[in-house]
Amino acid sequence: MSSIARELSHLLHLEDLYKSYGDKLVLENIDLSVSAGTLCSVVGPSGCGKSTLFRLVLGQEAADKGRLFVDGRPVGAPGQDRGIVYQRYSLYPHLTVIENAMLARTLPVGFLERHRRRAEFREEAMHYLERAGLAAHADKYPHELSGGMQQRVAIAQALIKRPKILMMDEPFGALDPETREHMQIFLLELWEAERMTIFFVTHDMEEAIYLGTRVVVLSQHYTDDRGTGPTVRRGARVVGDYALPSAVASTKIKRSAEFIALADEIRHVGFDRDVLRHVTEFNLKHPDSFQTLSEEEARGVRRTA
Amino acid sequence: MAVLAAPGERPSTGWLFAPVRHNVLLALLPFILVAAVYFFASHQRLAENPQDKLLPSVAQMADAIERMALKPDPQTGDYTLFVDTWASLKRIGLGVGIAALAGLLLGINMGLLPRVRALLSPFVTFVSMVPPLAILPILFISLGVDELSKVALIFLGVFPVIARDLMLASGQIPREQVVKAITLGASQNAVIYRIVLPQILPRLIDNVRLCLGGAWLFLIAAEAIASTEGLGYRIFLVRRYLAMDVILPYVFWVTAIGYSFDWLLRQLILRRFRWYVAATS
Repeated sequence: MSSIARELSHLLHLEDLYKSYGDKLVLENIDLSVSAGTLCSVVGPSGCGKSTLFRLVLGQEAADKGRLFVDGRPVGAPGQDRGIVYQRYSLYPHLTVIENAMLARTLPVGFLERHRRRAEFREEAMHYLERAGLAAHADKYPHELSGGMQQRVAIAQALIKRPKILMMDEPFGALDPETREHMQIFLLELWEAERMTIFFVTHDMEEAIYLGTRVVVLSQHYTDDRGTGPTVRRGARVVGDYALPSAVASTKIKRSAEFIALADEIRHVGFDRDVLRHVTEFNLKHPDSFQTLSEEEARGVRRTA
Repeated sequence: MAVLAAPGERPSTGWLFAPVRHNVLLALLPFILVAAVYFFASHQRLAENPQDKLLPSVAQMADAIERMALKPDPQTGDYTLFVDTWASLKRIGLGVGIAALAGLLLGINMGLLPRVRALLSPFVTFVSMVPPLAILPILFISLGVDELSKVALIFLGVFPVIARDLMLASGQIPREQVVKAITLGASQNAVIYRIVLPQILPRLIDNVRLCLGGAWLFLIAAEAIASTEGLGYRIFLVRRYLAMDVILPYVFWVTAIGYSFDWLLRQLILRRFRWYVAATS
Protein backbone atom coordinates (compact mmCIF):
# COMPACT_ATOMS: atom_id res chain seq x y z
CA MET A 1 0.00 0.00 0.00
CA SER A 2 1.36 3.43 -0.85
CA SER A 3 1.80 5.98 1.90
CA ILE A 4 -0.87 8.22 0.38
CA ALA A 5 -3.32 5.33 0.51
CA ARG A 6 -2.37 4.70 4.13
CA GLU A 7 -2.88 8.35 5.03
CA LEU A 8 -6.37 8.22 3.63
CA SER A 9 -7.45 4.77 4.79
CA HIS A 10 -6.23 5.02 8.37
CA LEU A 11 -7.49 7.35 11.04
CA LEU A 12 -3.98 7.92 12.30
CA HIS A 13 -0.92 7.70 10.11
CA LEU A 14 2.67 8.37 11.17
CA GLU A 15 5.58 7.83 8.80
CA ASP A 16 9.32 8.43 9.18
CA LEU A 17 8.68 10.53 12.26
CA TYR A 18 11.75 11.89 14.10
CA LYS A 19 11.95 13.94 17.29
CA SER A 20 15.00 15.03 19.26
CA TYR A 21 15.63 17.38 22.16
CA GLY A 22 19.03 18.98 21.70
CA ASP A 23 21.52 16.13 21.19
CA LYS A 24 19.17 13.45 22.42
CA LEU A 25 17.28 11.63 19.71
CA VAL A 26 14.04 10.48 21.32
CA LEU A 27 11.96 9.08 18.48
CA GLU A 28 13.46 7.63 15.34
CA ASN A 29 11.74 6.67 12.14
CA ILE A 30 8.38 5.96 13.73
CA ASP A 31 5.99 4.18 11.35
CA LEU A 32 2.49 3.61 12.63
CA SER A 33 -0.96 3.39 11.08
CA VAL A 34 -4.07 2.96 13.18
CA SER A 35 -7.49 2.03 11.76
CA ALA A 36 -10.71 3.50 13.09
CA GLY A 37 -12.20 1.55 15.97
CA THR A 38 -8.87 0.25 17.24
CA LEU A 39 -8.03 0.39 20.92
CA CYS A 40 -4.33 0.86 20.35
CA SER A 41 -2.16 0.66 23.43
CA VAL A 42 1.38 1.93 23.24
CA VAL A 43 3.75 0.41 25.77
CA GLY A 44 7.46 0.78 26.36
CA PRO A 45 10.12 1.18 29.03
CA SER A 46 10.09 4.44 30.97
CA GLY A 47 11.89 7.25 29.19
CA CYS A 48 11.46 5.64 25.77
CA GLY A 49 9.49 8.59 24.40
CA LYS A 50 5.90 7.42 24.79
CA SER A 51 4.79 10.77 26.11
CA THR A 52 6.76 12.55 23.41
CA LEU A 53 4.93 10.49 20.80
CA PHE A 54 1.67 11.37 22.55
CA ARG A 55 2.44 15.11 22.38
CA LEU A 56 3.42 14.84 18.71
CA VAL A 57 0.12 13.18 17.80
CA LEU A 58 -1.69 15.86 19.79
CA GLY A 59 0.15 18.56 17.92
CA GLN A 60 1.36 20.01 21.22
CA GLU A 61 4.91 19.67 19.87
CA ALA A 62 6.22 19.50 16.33
CA ALA A 63 8.24 16.60 14.95
CA ASP A 64 11.71 17.32 13.51
CA LYS A 65 10.67 15.59 10.33
CA GLY A 66 8.20 13.03 9.11
CA ARG A 67 4.56 12.74 8.22
CA LEU A 68 1.75 12.81 10.72
CA PHE A 69 -1.87 12.58 9.60
CA VAL A 70 -5.14 12.37 11.50
CA ASP A 71 -8.09 11.37 9.36
CA GLY A 72 -6.21 12.21 6.18
CA ARG A 73 -5.24 15.71 7.33
CA PRO A 74 -1.74 16.75 8.45
CA VAL A 75 -1.51 17.54 12.15
CA GLY A 76 -0.51 21.09 13.02
CA ALA A 77 -1.79 22.15 16.44
CA PRO A 78 -4.04 20.50 19.02
CA GLY A 79 -7.54 20.26 17.58
CA GLN A 80 -11.06 19.16 18.33
CA ASP A 81 -10.68 15.84 16.48
CA ARG A 82 -8.46 14.52 19.28
CA GLY A 83 -9.82 14.27 22.83
CA ILE A 84 -7.46 13.96 25.80
CA VAL A 85 -7.38 12.26 29.15
CA TYR A 86 -4.18 12.90 31.09
CA GLN A 87 -2.97 11.22 34.22
CA ARG A 88 -3.41 14.56 36.04
CA TYR A 89 -4.69 18.04 35.20
CA SER A 90 -7.54 16.72 33.06
CA LEU A 91 -10.17 18.46 35.15
CA TYR A 92 -10.39 22.16 35.85
CA PRO A 93 -10.27 22.62 39.63
CA HIS A 94 -12.44 25.76 39.65
CA LEU A 95 -15.40 24.08 37.93
CA THR A 96 -17.80 21.56 39.40
CA VAL A 97 -18.06 18.07 37.94
CA ILE A 98 -21.03 18.94 35.75
CA GLU A 99 -19.42 22.21 34.61
CA ASN A 100 -16.30 20.26 33.66
CA ALA A 101 -18.38 17.77 31.71
CA MET A 102 -20.27 20.56 29.92
CA LEU A 103 -17.10 22.30 28.69
CA ALA A 104 -17.15 20.68 25.27
CA ARG A 105 -20.45 22.46 24.69
CA THR A 106 -19.98 25.68 26.66
CA LEU A 107 -16.40 26.55 25.66
CA PRO A 108 -16.96 27.03 21.92
CA VAL A 109 -20.00 29.30 22.32
CA GLY A 110 -20.42 32.86 23.54
CA PHE A 111 -21.93 34.16 26.76
CA LEU A 112 -25.51 34.56 25.54
CA GLU A 113 -25.85 31.18 23.88
CA ARG A 114 -24.19 29.55 26.87
CA HIS A 115 -26.86 30.88 29.17
CA ARG A 116 -29.76 30.33 26.80
CA ARG A 117 -28.88 26.67 26.19
CA ARG A 118 -27.67 25.93 29.70
CA ALA A 119 -30.41 23.39 30.48
CA GLU A 120 -29.81 21.51 27.24
CA PHE A 121 -26.04 21.34 27.79
CA ARG A 122 -26.55 20.29 31.37
CA GLU A 123 -28.89 17.48 30.40
CA GLU A 124 -26.47 16.10 27.84
CA ALA A 125 -23.56 16.23 30.28
CA MET A 126 -25.74 14.62 32.96
CA HIS A 127 -26.40 11.72 30.61
CA TYR A 128 -22.66 11.07 30.31
CA LEU A 129 -22.13 11.43 34.04
CA GLU A 130 -24.88 8.89 34.64
CA ARG A 131 -23.09 6.41 32.41
CA ALA A 132 -19.95 7.01 34.41
CA GLY A 133 -21.93 6.45 37.62
CA LEU A 134 -21.30 9.99 38.81
CA ALA A 135 -24.71 11.66 38.59
CA ALA A 136 -24.85 12.01 42.36
CA HIS A 137 -21.59 13.95 42.39
CA ALA A 138 -22.46 16.44 39.64
CA ASP A 139 -22.25 19.53 41.83
CA LYS A 140 -19.07 18.61 43.68
CA TYR A 141 -15.65 20.02 42.87
CA PRO A 142 -12.95 17.71 41.49
CA HIS A 143 -10.93 17.88 44.72
CA GLU A 144 -13.88 16.35 46.55
CA LEU A 145 -13.73 13.21 44.36
CA SER A 146 -11.46 10.17 44.55
CA GLY A 147 -8.80 9.68 41.88
CA GLY A 148 -10.83 7.05 40.03
CA MET A 149 -13.94 9.22 39.99
CA GLN A 150 -11.93 12.18 38.70
CA GLN A 151 -10.69 10.07 35.78
CA ARG A 152 -14.24 8.94 35.00
CA VAL A 153 -15.28 12.58 34.79
CA ALA A 154 -12.27 13.29 32.60
CA ILE A 155 -13.29 10.52 30.21
CA ALA A 156 -16.90 11.77 30.09
CA GLN A 157 -15.62 15.32 29.55
CA ALA A 158 -13.57 14.21 26.54
CA LEU A 159 -16.24 11.90 25.09
CA ILE A 160 -18.96 14.55 24.90
CA LYS A 161 -16.91 16.20 22.17
CA ARG A 162 -17.15 12.93 20.19
CA PRO A 163 -13.48 13.10 19.15
CA LYS A 164 -12.20 10.99 16.28
CA ILE A 165 -9.47 9.68 18.55
CA LEU A 166 -9.45 9.56 22.32
CA MET A 167 -5.87 10.12 23.43
CA MET A 168 -5.00 8.78 26.88
CA ASP A 169 -1.61 9.26 28.55
CA GLU A 170 -1.19 6.96 31.57
CA PRO A 171 -4.76 7.81 32.58
CA PHE A 172 -4.86 5.22 35.36
CA GLY A 173 -1.23 5.60 36.40
CA ALA A 174 -1.96 7.38 39.68
CA LEU A 175 -4.69 4.98 40.85
CA ASP A 176 -4.43 2.11 43.30
CA PRO A 177 -4.45 -1.39 41.71
CA GLU A 178 -8.09 -2.16 42.51
CA THR A 179 -9.46 1.15 41.20
CA ARG A 180 -7.21 0.73 38.23
CA GLU A 181 -8.82 -2.59 37.26
CA HIS A 182 -12.29 -1.10 37.68
CA MET A 183 -11.31 1.74 35.38
CA GLN A 184 -9.92 -0.69 32.80
CA ILE A 185 -13.23 -2.55 32.71
CA PHE A 186 -15.15 0.74 32.56
CA LEU A 187 -13.06 1.86 29.59
CA LEU A 188 -13.45 -1.47 27.77
CA GLU A 189 -17.22 -1.38 28.20
CA LEU A 190 -17.33 2.16 26.88
CA TRP A 191 -15.16 1.15 23.95
CA GLU A 192 -17.38 -1.85 23.17
CA ALA A 193 -20.48 0.31 23.20
CA GLU A 194 -19.04 3.14 21.12
CA ARG A 195 -16.33 1.39 19.08
CA MET A 196 -14.30 4.54 19.23
CA THR A 197 -10.61 4.82 18.40
CA ILE A 198 -8.42 5.04 21.46
CA PHE A 199 -4.70 5.77 21.59
CA PHE A 200 -3.68 4.53 25.02
CA VAL A 201 -0.16 5.18 26.29
CA THR A 202 0.98 3.24 29.33
CA HIS A 203 4.12 1.79 30.89
CA ASP A 204 2.12 -1.03 32.44
CA MET A 205 2.49 -4.17 30.33
CA GLU A 206 -0.58 -5.96 31.72
CA GLU A 207 -2.74 -2.90 31.20
CA ALA A 208 -1.56 -2.55 27.60
CA ILE A 209 -2.31 -6.18 26.74
CA TYR A 210 -5.57 -6.38 28.67
CA LEU A 211 -7.02 -3.25 27.09
CA GLY A 212 -5.57 -3.21 23.60
CA THR A 213 -6.96 -4.75 20.46
CA ARG A 214 -3.51 -3.86 19.32
CA VAL A 215 -0.31 -3.43 21.30
CA VAL A 216 2.47 -1.29 19.89
CA VAL A 217 5.82 -1.65 21.62
CA LEU A 218 8.06 1.39 21.58
CA SER A 219 11.68 0.86 22.58
CA GLN A 220 15.21 2.17 22.19
CA HIS A 221 16.69 -1.31 22.72
CA TYR A 222 17.37 -2.63 19.18
CA THR A 223 20.14 -2.69 16.63
CA ASP A 224 20.62 -2.12 12.91
CA ASP A 225 23.33 -2.02 10.24
CA ARG A 226 24.72 1.34 11.31
CA GLY A 227 27.06 -0.28 13.83
CA THR A 228 27.94 1.19 17.20
CA GLY A 229 30.13 4.16 16.29
CA PRO A 230 30.07 7.27 18.49
CA THR A 231 28.14 9.20 15.83
CA VAL A 232 25.29 6.71 15.70
CA ARG A 233 22.35 7.93 17.74
CA ARG A 234 19.35 5.68 18.16
CA GLY A 235 15.94 6.84 19.29
CA ALA A 236 12.98 4.69 20.20
CA ARG A 237 11.01 3.08 17.41
CA VAL A 238 8.23 0.55 17.03
CA VAL A 239 9.91 -2.78 17.83
CA GLY A 240 6.76 -4.89 18.13
CA ASP A 241 3.18 -4.68 16.94
CA TYR A 242 0.62 -7.28 18.00
CA ALA A 243 -3.03 -7.88 17.09
CA LEU A 244 -5.15 -9.08 19.99
CA PRO A 245 -8.70 -10.40 20.29
CA SER A 246 -11.20 -7.67 21.06
CA ALA A 247 -13.55 -8.59 23.82
CA VAL A 248 -14.28 -7.41 27.29
CA ALA A 249 -12.73 -10.23 29.23
CA SER A 250 -12.66 -10.91 32.91
CA THR A 251 -9.51 -9.59 34.52
CA LYS A 252 -8.73 -13.25 35.25
CA ILE A 253 -7.40 -13.42 31.73
CA LYS A 254 -4.34 -11.61 33.03
CA ARG A 255 -3.32 -14.88 34.68
CA SER A 256 -3.80 -17.09 31.59
CA ALA A 257 -0.81 -18.76 29.94
CA GLU A 258 -1.22 -16.91 26.62
CA PHE A 259 -1.42 -13.56 28.34
CA ILE A 260 1.70 -14.22 30.38
CA ALA A 261 3.58 -15.55 27.33
CA LEU A 262 2.80 -12.40 25.35
CA ALA A 263 3.79 -10.18 28.28
CA ASP A 264 7.08 -12.08 28.52
CA GLU A 265 7.78 -11.67 24.83
CA ILE A 266 7.10 -7.92 24.91
CA ARG A 267 9.24 -7.56 28.00
CA HIS A 268 11.98 -9.48 26.21
CA VAL A 269 12.00 -7.46 22.97
CA GLY A 270 11.12 -4.07 24.39
CA PHE A 271 12.22 -3.76 27.99
CA ASP A 272 15.42 -5.84 28.21
CA ARG A 273 18.35 -3.59 27.41
CA ASP A 274 20.58 -6.60 26.70
CA VAL A 275 18.30 -7.98 24.01
CA LEU A 276 18.94 -6.07 20.81
CA ARG A 277 16.89 -7.30 17.91
CA HIS A 278 17.80 -6.23 14.41
CA VAL A 279 15.39 -3.79 12.74
CA THR A 280 14.63 -6.32 10.04
CA GLU A 281 13.57 -8.93 12.57
CA PHE A 282 10.96 -7.03 14.55
CA ASN A 283 7.72 -8.83 15.25
CA LEU A 284 5.27 -6.61 13.39
CA LYS A 285 2.30 -8.94 13.08
CA HIS A 286 -0.55 -6.50 13.11
CA PRO A 287 -2.26 -6.15 9.69
CA ASP A 288 -1.93 -2.33 9.84
CA SER A 289 1.75 -2.57 10.58
CA PHE A 290 4.36 -1.30 8.13
CA GLN A 291 8.01 -0.37 8.27
CA THR A 292 10.20 1.97 6.25
CA LEU A 293 13.92 1.46 6.62
CA SER A 294 16.74 3.58 5.24
CA GLU A 295 19.70 2.10 3.31
CA GLU A 296 22.00 2.59 6.31
CA GLU A 297 19.65 0.92 8.74
CA ALA A 298 19.21 -2.28 6.73
CA ARG A 299 22.00 -2.68 4.22
CA GLY A 300 21.31 -5.10 1.41
CA VAL A 301 17.87 -5.91 2.70
CA ARG A 302 15.14 -4.95 0.25
CA ARG A 303 11.99 -4.25 2.14
CA THR A 304 9.18 -2.29 0.72
CA ALA A 305 6.57 -0.75 2.86
CA MET B 1 -4.53 9.36 78.63
CA ALA B 2 -1.65 10.62 76.58
CA VAL B 3 -1.93 14.05 78.15
CA LEU B 4 -1.24 12.54 81.54
CA ALA B 5 1.74 10.51 80.35
CA ALA B 6 4.64 10.95 82.72
CA PRO B 7 7.51 13.08 81.43
CA GLY B 8 10.21 11.01 79.83
CA GLU B 9 7.84 8.35 78.56
CA ARG B 10 8.16 9.68 75.02
CA PRO B 11 10.80 11.93 73.57
CA SER B 12 9.96 15.61 73.99
CA THR B 13 9.25 17.60 70.85
CA GLY B 14 8.97 20.91 72.67
CA TRP B 15 6.11 23.04 71.36
CA LEU B 16 6.25 21.57 67.85
CA PHE B 17 3.18 19.40 68.25
CA ALA B 18 1.71 20.96 71.37
CA PRO B 19 -2.08 21.35 71.17
CA VAL B 20 -3.48 24.91 71.35
CA ARG B 21 -6.28 25.69 73.77
CA HIS B 22 -8.00 29.03 74.44
CA ASN B 23 -7.18 30.45 71.00
CA VAL B 24 -9.10 33.68 71.52
CA LEU B 25 -7.55 34.34 74.90
CA LEU B 26 -4.05 33.78 73.50
CA ALA B 27 -4.71 36.12 70.58
CA LEU B 28 -6.02 38.84 72.90
CA LEU B 29 -3.12 38.62 75.32
CA PRO B 30 -0.62 40.85 73.43
CA PHE B 31 -3.34 43.45 72.84
CA ILE B 32 -4.25 43.53 76.52
CA LEU B 33 -0.60 43.75 77.47
CA VAL B 34 0.15 46.73 75.21
CA ALA B 35 -3.02 48.53 76.32
CA ALA B 36 -2.17 47.94 79.97
CA VAL B 37 1.35 49.32 79.56
CA TYR B 38 -0.02 52.35 77.72
CA PHE B 39 -2.72 53.23 80.22
CA PHE B 40 -0.37 52.73 83.14
CA ALA B 41 2.19 55.08 81.58
CA SER B 42 -0.54 57.56 80.60
CA HIS B 43 -1.91 57.55 84.14
CA GLN B 44 1.58 58.15 85.56
CA ARG B 45 2.30 61.11 83.26
CA LEU B 46 -1.09 62.75 83.74
CA ALA B 47 -0.79 62.39 87.52
CA GLU B 48 2.47 64.32 87.30
CA ASN B 49 1.27 66.92 84.78
CA PRO B 50 -2.45 67.14 83.86
CA GLN B 51 -1.53 69.30 80.81
CA ASP B 52 0.62 66.54 79.29
CA LYS B 53 -0.40 65.80 75.68
CA LEU B 54 1.88 62.88 74.86
CA LEU B 55 -0.12 59.98 76.31
CA PRO B 56 -3.79 61.03 76.51
CA SER B 57 -6.18 59.15 78.80
CA VAL B 58 -9.21 57.18 77.66
CA ALA B 59 -11.47 60.07 78.63
CA GLN B 60 -9.43 62.56 76.60
CA MET B 61 -9.50 60.29 73.56
CA ALA B 62 -13.24 59.67 73.94
CA ASP B 63 -13.67 63.40 74.04
CA ALA B 64 -11.67 63.78 70.82
CA ILE B 65 -13.64 60.99 69.12
CA GLU B 66 -16.88 62.71 70.05
CA ARG B 67 -15.58 65.99 68.63
CA MET B 68 -14.33 64.42 65.37
CA ALA B 69 -16.91 61.74 64.70
CA LEU B 70 -20.16 62.35 66.54
CA LYS B 71 -20.65 66.13 66.32
CA PRO B 72 -20.67 68.24 63.17
CA ASP B 73 -17.74 70.60 62.76
CA PRO B 74 -18.88 74.07 63.91
CA GLN B 75 -17.38 75.74 60.82
CA THR B 76 -18.27 73.35 58.00
CA GLY B 77 -21.18 71.43 59.50
CA ASP B 78 -19.59 68.12 58.46
CA TYR B 79 -18.68 65.13 60.56
CA THR B 80 -14.90 65.32 60.20
CA LEU B 81 -14.07 61.63 60.65
CA PHE B 82 -16.75 60.66 58.15
CA VAL B 83 -15.53 63.16 55.54
CA ASP B 84 -11.91 62.05 56.03
CA THR B 85 -12.77 58.37 55.85
CA TRP B 86 -14.87 58.76 52.73
CA ALA B 87 -12.17 60.79 50.96
CA SER B 88 -9.46 58.26 51.82
CA LEU B 89 -11.55 55.20 50.95
CA LYS B 90 -12.41 56.70 47.58
CA ARG B 91 -8.75 57.23 46.77
CA ILE B 92 -7.53 53.85 47.97
CA GLY B 93 -10.52 52.07 46.41
CA LEU B 94 -9.94 53.68 43.03
CA GLY B 95 -6.17 53.21 43.12
CA VAL B 96 -6.19 49.58 44.24
CA GLY B 97 -9.24 48.75 42.12
CA ILE B 98 -7.76 50.03 38.87
CA ALA B 99 -4.38 48.49 39.74
CA ALA B 100 -6.03 45.11 40.39
CA LEU B 101 -7.95 45.17 37.13
CA ALA B 102 -4.98 46.32 35.04
CA GLY B 103 -2.62 43.94 36.87
CA LEU B 104 -4.99 41.04 36.24
CA LEU B 105 -5.38 41.71 32.52
CA LEU B 106 -1.71 42.44 31.91
CA GLY B 107 -0.45 39.65 34.18
CA ILE B 108 -2.61 36.95 32.63
CA ASN B 109 -1.72 37.99 29.08
CA MET B 110 1.99 38.15 29.91
CA GLY B 111 1.74 34.76 31.60
CA LEU B 112 0.02 33.01 28.72
CA LEU B 113 1.19 34.76 25.57
CA PRO B 114 4.97 34.51 25.07
CA ARG B 115 5.02 37.50 22.73
CA VAL B 116 3.24 39.80 25.17
CA ARG B 117 5.61 38.58 27.88
CA ALA B 118 8.66 39.29 25.72
CA LEU B 119 7.33 42.76 24.99
CA LEU B 120 6.19 43.88 28.44
CA SER B 121 7.72 41.74 31.18
CA PRO B 122 11.11 43.55 31.32
CA PHE B 123 9.34 46.92 31.29
CA VAL B 124 6.93 46.02 34.08
CA THR B 125 9.80 44.58 36.13
CA PHE B 126 11.74 47.82 35.66
CA VAL B 127 8.76 49.99 36.58
CA SER B 128 8.15 47.88 39.68
CA MET B 129 11.58 48.91 40.96
CA VAL B 130 10.80 52.63 40.84
CA PRO B 131 10.21 53.72 44.46
CA PRO B 132 6.68 55.16 44.22
CA LEU B 133 7.29 57.83 46.86
CA ALA B 134 10.29 59.09 44.88
CA ILE B 135 8.06 59.99 41.95
CA LEU B 136 5.36 61.56 44.10
CA PRO B 137 6.76 65.07 43.31
CA ILE B 138 6.62 64.23 39.60
CA LEU B 139 2.99 63.18 39.99
CA PHE B 140 2.10 66.37 41.85
CA ILE B 141 3.83 68.52 39.24
CA SER B 142 2.41 66.75 36.20
CA LEU B 143 -1.04 65.68 37.43
CA GLY B 144 -1.74 68.46 39.90
CA VAL B 145 -2.33 68.12 43.64
CA ASP B 146 -5.91 66.88 43.30
CA GLU B 147 -7.33 63.38 43.45
CA LEU B 148 -5.66 62.12 40.26
CA SER B 149 -2.09 62.27 41.55
CA LYS B 150 -3.00 60.42 44.76
CA VAL B 151 -4.85 57.67 42.91
CA ALA B 152 -1.96 57.49 40.43
CA LEU B 153 0.56 57.03 43.25
CA ILE B 154 -1.40 54.12 44.73
CA PHE B 155 -1.83 52.63 41.26
CA LEU B 156 1.88 52.84 40.46
CA GLY B 157 2.80 51.28 43.78
CA VAL B 158 0.37 48.37 43.56
CA PHE B 159 -0.04 47.58 39.88
CA PRO B 160 3.43 46.17 39.00
CA VAL B 161 3.39 43.86 42.02
CA ILE B 162 0.03 42.40 41.05
CA ALA B 163 0.89 42.15 37.34
CA ARG B 164 4.13 40.31 38.06
CA ASP B 165 2.61 37.85 40.52
CA LEU B 166 -0.34 37.07 38.26
CA MET B 167 2.05 36.56 35.35
CA LEU B 168 3.79 33.89 37.45
CA ALA B 169 0.46 32.41 38.54
CA SER B 170 -0.92 32.08 35.03
CA GLY B 171 2.41 30.71 33.80
CA GLN B 172 2.07 27.97 36.41
CA ILE B 173 -1.28 26.78 35.05
CA PRO B 174 -0.38 23.32 33.68
CA ARG B 175 0.14 23.34 29.92
CA GLU B 176 -2.09 20.25 29.79
CA GLN B 177 -5.09 22.36 30.84
CA VAL B 178 -4.56 24.72 27.94
CA VAL B 179 -4.10 21.94 25.36
CA LYS B 180 -7.14 20.15 26.69
CA ALA B 181 -9.28 23.30 26.49
CA ILE B 182 -8.31 23.68 22.84
CA THR B 183 -9.33 20.09 22.09
CA LEU B 184 -12.67 20.91 23.72
CA GLY B 185 -13.16 23.78 21.29
CA ALA B 186 -11.80 26.78 23.19
CA SER B 187 -10.44 29.79 21.30
CA GLN B 188 -7.40 31.70 22.56
CA ASN B 189 -9.64 34.17 24.36
CA ALA B 190 -11.73 31.40 25.88
CA VAL B 191 -8.54 29.83 27.24
CA ILE B 192 -7.38 33.14 28.72
CA TYR B 193 -10.64 34.49 30.09
CA ARG B 194 -12.67 31.36 30.84
CA ILE B 195 -10.10 28.75 31.79
CA VAL B 196 -7.21 30.68 33.32
CA LEU B 197 -8.74 33.92 34.60
CA PRO B 198 -11.26 32.27 36.96
CA GLN B 199 -8.42 30.16 38.35
CA ILE B 200 -6.22 33.13 39.26
CA LEU B 201 -9.03 35.33 40.63
CA PRO B 202 -8.53 34.10 44.20
CA ARG B 203 -4.81 34.70 43.81
CA LEU B 204 -5.64 38.26 42.75
CA ILE B 205 -7.68 38.68 45.92
CA ASP B 206 -4.79 37.38 48.01
CA ASN B 207 -2.55 39.84 46.19
CA VAL B 208 -4.85 42.73 46.98
CA ARG B 209 -4.79 41.71 50.64
CA LEU B 210 -1.01 41.83 50.67
CA CYS B 211 -0.89 45.12 48.77
CA LEU B 212 -3.35 46.97 51.01
CA GLY B 213 -0.68 47.78 53.59
CA GLY B 214 1.50 49.42 50.96
CA ALA B 215 -1.50 51.19 49.46
CA TRP B 216 -2.30 52.85 52.80
CA LEU B 217 1.31 53.97 53.08
CA PHE B 218 1.16 55.66 49.68
CA LEU B 219 -2.23 57.18 50.44
CA ILE B 220 -1.20 58.71 53.76
CA ALA B 221 2.06 60.00 52.31
CA ALA B 222 0.20 61.72 49.46
CA GLU B 223 -2.46 63.12 51.79
CA ALA B 224 0.11 64.37 54.26
CA ILE B 225 1.77 66.48 51.57
CA ALA B 226 -1.14 67.96 49.69
CA SER B 227 -4.79 67.54 50.59
CA THR B 228 -7.79 69.22 52.17
CA GLU B 229 -9.33 66.16 53.75
CA GLY B 230 -8.53 62.51 54.35
CA LEU B 231 -7.35 60.37 57.25
CA GLY B 232 -3.67 60.94 56.50
CA TYR B 233 -4.23 64.66 56.03
CA ARG B 234 -5.96 64.93 59.44
CA ILE B 235 -3.24 63.00 61.26
CA PHE B 236 -0.54 65.27 59.88
CA LEU B 237 -2.65 68.40 60.39
CA VAL B 238 -3.32 67.86 64.10
CA ARG B 239 0.30 66.84 64.61
CA ARG B 240 1.03 70.59 64.66
CA TYR B 241 -0.91 70.87 67.92
CA LEU B 242 0.58 67.65 69.34
CA ALA B 243 -3.03 66.40 69.39
CA MET B 244 -2.24 62.82 70.34
CA ASP B 245 -5.83 62.45 71.55
CA VAL B 246 -6.90 62.70 67.88
CA ILE B 247 -3.91 60.98 66.24
CA LEU B 248 -4.17 57.78 68.28
CA PRO B 249 -7.87 57.11 67.53
CA TYR B 250 -7.26 57.97 63.86
CA VAL B 251 -4.37 55.53 63.63
CA PHE B 252 -6.51 52.92 65.36
CA TRP B 253 -9.35 53.65 62.90
CA VAL B 254 -7.07 53.31 59.84
CA THR B 255 -5.74 50.02 61.20
CA ALA B 256 -9.24 48.74 61.91
CA ILE B 257 -10.35 49.58 58.35
CA GLY B 258 -7.32 47.78 56.90
CA TYR B 259 -7.90 44.78 59.12
CA SER B 260 -11.60 44.59 58.16
CA PHE B 261 -10.78 44.72 54.46
CA ASP B 262 -8.31 41.91 54.88
CA TRP B 263 -10.86 39.89 56.83
CA LEU B 264 -13.62 40.52 54.30
CA LEU B 265 -11.43 39.48 51.38
CA ARG B 266 -10.36 36.35 53.25
CA GLN B 267 -14.02 35.49 53.87
CA LEU B 268 -14.74 36.06 50.18
CA ILE B 269 -12.08 33.49 49.26
CA LEU B 270 -13.28 31.00 51.88
CA ARG B 271 -16.86 31.21 50.70
CA ARG B 272 -16.59 31.63 46.95
CA PHE B 273 -13.40 29.75 46.12
CA ARG B 274 -13.59 26.49 48.05
CA TRP B 275 -11.45 24.72 45.45
CA TYR B 276 -8.69 27.32 45.92
CA VAL B 277 -8.72 26.90 49.68
CA ALA B 278 -8.50 23.12 49.23
CA ALA B 279 -5.58 23.46 46.82
CA THR B 280 -3.57 25.91 48.93
CA SER B 281 -4.10 24.50 52.41
